[in-house]
Amino acid sequence: MNILKFFTAGSVDDGKSTLIGRLLYDTNSILADQLEALQNANRKNDDGTIDLAILTDGLRAEREQGITIDVAYKYFQTEKRKFIIADTPGHIQYTRNMVTGASTADLAIILIDARNGVVEQTIRHTYLVSLLGIKEVVVAINKMDMVGYSETVFNAIVTKYKALALQLNLKQVTYLPVSALKGDNIVHRSGQMAWYDGKSLIELLEKVNTEEQQQGPARMPVQWVIRPQTDDLHDYRGYAGRILSGSFKVNDKVVVLPSGNRSTISKIEFFDNELQEALAGQSVTIHLKDNVDLSRGDTIVNASAVPHESKLIEADLCWMDTRPLGTELTYLIQHNSTLTRCKISELIYKVDINTLEKHNASSFALNDIGRVVLKTAAALAFDLYGDSRQNGSAILIDSRTNLTVGALMFRAAVE
Amino acid sequence: MSRYNLDYLDELEAEAIHILREVAGQFEKPALLFSGGKDSITLVRLAEKAFRPGKFPFPLVHIDTGHNFIETIQYRDEMVARIGEKLIVGSVQQSIDEGKVVEQTGKNASRNALQTVTLLDTIQAYGFDACIGGARRDEEKARAKERIFSVRDEFGQWDPKRQRPELWNIYNGKIHKGENVRVFPISNWTELDVWNYIRRENIALPSIYFAHQRDCVVRNGQLMGATPFLNMDEEDVVVSKKVRFRTVGDMTCTAAVESEAIHIDDIIAEISHSKVSERGARMDDKVSEAAMEDRKKGGYF
Ligand SMILES: Nc1nc2c(ncn2[C@@H]2O[C@H](COP(=O)(O)OP(=O)(O)OP(=O)(O)O)[C@@H](O)[C@H]2O)c(=O)[nH]1
Ligand SMILES: [Mg+2]
Repeated sequence: MNILKFFTAGSVDDGKSTLIGRLLYDTNSILADQLEALQNANRKNDDGTIDLAILTDGLRAEREQGITIDVAYKYFQTEKRKFIIADTPGHIQYTRNMVTGASTADLAIILIDARNGVVEQTIRHTYLVSLLGIKEVVVAINKMDMVGYSETVFNAIVTKYKALALQLNLKQVTYLPVSALKGDNIVHRSGQMAWYDGKSLIELLEKVNTEEQQQGPARMPVQWVIRPQTDDLHDYRGYAGRILSGSFKVNDKVVVLPSGNRSTISKIEFFDNELQEALAGQSVTIHLKDNVDLSRGDTIVNASAVPHESKLIEADLCWMDTRPLGTELTYLIQHNSTLTRCKISELIYKVDINTLEKHNASSFALNDIGRVVLKTAAALAFDLYGDSRQNGSAILIDSRTNLTVGALMFRAAVE
Repeated sequence: MSRYNLDYLDELEAEAIHILREVAGQFEKPALLFSGGKDSITLVRLAEKAFRPGKFPFPLVHIDTGHNFIETIQYRDEMVARIGEKLIVGSVQQSIDEGKVVEQTGKNASRNALQTVTLLDTIQAYGFDACIGGARRDEEKARAKERIFSVRDEFGQWDPKRQRPELWNIYNGKIHKGENVRVFPISNWTELDVWNYIRRENIALPSIYFAHQRDCVVRNGQLMGATPFLNMDEEDVVVSKKVRFRTVGDMTCTAAVESEAIHIDDIIAEISHSKVSERGARMDDKVSEAAMEDRKKGGYF
């Protein structure tokens, strides 16, 4: 059985938390004591039925205000699959928390309130989904109960969204009319919308194929060097890390970056097993034939398919701090296990979220998104984000506050 | 990452090992908080997978309430001897003796709340900058909100409204002096995942996880072990029941469940069909809707 990670996005009050609550409720994933807590809770729907949104709105402040502030993770499984859900906030102020939930997801559910149609946050979140490289999108047009389950309303929104999807080059988009409150087309097909003959949400989630490419060049950033230095393991040097993409086999020729030293894999270990081959996603320990200089922050890559190496990188940036980006400031940049310093040397453009037009920018404020060039103190060994979400991403840290202030997606090496 | 060739347990395991190695790589003085429960026992196995044949780059730290199950302490000492790693014990009794905390009184007295002080003192005394814990997000709704690298201020407090973004698998462990990070490598595991992993890895557990005959009293609809640590009065009737524990904390705040499960397969079958969550057996969570959130804000695990 495999795991599907998905998240919900959309504007405030579009019903994201309610939808997740409904999904859990209708798949019998809510246990008796949790249900009892829901029934005893102060927050109820207007008609007195239990408010399913409080299943994920786990903070006091969220329950008091009736909004989601930070991501909540929920887990459930059906006979077909395991699911990890990130319920993310719709409020613009908390966009960074939405990006947190989205960054590891395989699929996005974008909610739209049928009464309001496509709004600014729908566009913003869809844009973020496209930037973050999430290929599968389900557009759930919610609160159909409030528009008389009207096919016309549904179709009008679909038409509008299709234009957006086309503009952003999103290819795998599925449209679904739902009522999270009443449970239409979430787990059970709706009896109210005979005009819709597609799948329910859970059927879609169970079926969607997320098989990513096993190919891709072999990359393993070294997180830790294992050196027991005991009498019997005197010369033991194992390079511990998680394989980002591709696969390594014993006897493969490799290059260590940034040093450029070459060697051959002599052994791959996983705890007390020796492996002939290690695949993307696995955390293993690699041994090399030669005694090369190698420490945390270095990357072992396949010698015949090396990544970009550059100190000047063009990247998309989501700015996540209340203090604006300063082009005169030096930030820390963390890329896998590499930590170095950098400056934003150029602001190429900022995107206007309403129109998706690109404008000149002199600074980035909280929640701004755009394209920049960064200059790093040490060259990074990276792939483009479109080829590798793992090796094409990095975060910016403000060394004054230690906060994570930016999400970076590498788009090109500047020669 | 093309992770779909991996079975879900392999994927969760690989993620946890990655997180443990990030702790080793990013911090000067990390520690692994070991409670003797199944989740921290799982963490120890994951640490073996992350660092063997080397030593763990951190000691195990146990906050001993003095009200632990004897089986837990026995297990702890045997395990530490077997794996050959360092154990540091922070003692709640000592905090009481030193007058740093005051023992609760009354029928529902428990040392659960007191451990926070001992924990924070131990962190400070040894200068730990990262503490690895076995909390899972499926346990409780405030935990469901917490980052894998969760920054605590100088007073150990969690501020849920000011959490850092946590993007992709990149963990920002930068902190100011005095602060520390709580790290939760099995955040994305469910209770059932832990049990399936324990079965797959053939990990031994303290005997209290399996069904056994025990003297109990019924409190607030829950079965509590009748121990000298539980303040009892004439209303409490002691009954002998066949029970097991689903979660292991202090004897005074961990309730037992009636069970016939003597083998791990029985336990997995039992949990798969259970109508009650694991935390349903924790008196400390029943206090209020935001009990866990409030304890975390105060520096709890
Ligand atoms: N009539 C109707 N109301 C709904 C439906 N789905 C959600 N609601 C209501 O819409 C309101 C907002 O729902 P939430 O689930 O909290 O919205 P959200 O999208 O999670 O909001 P944020 O997380 O704060 O962005 C609540 O009062 C819900 O009961 C629906 O399908 N029909
Ligand atoms: Mg919400």
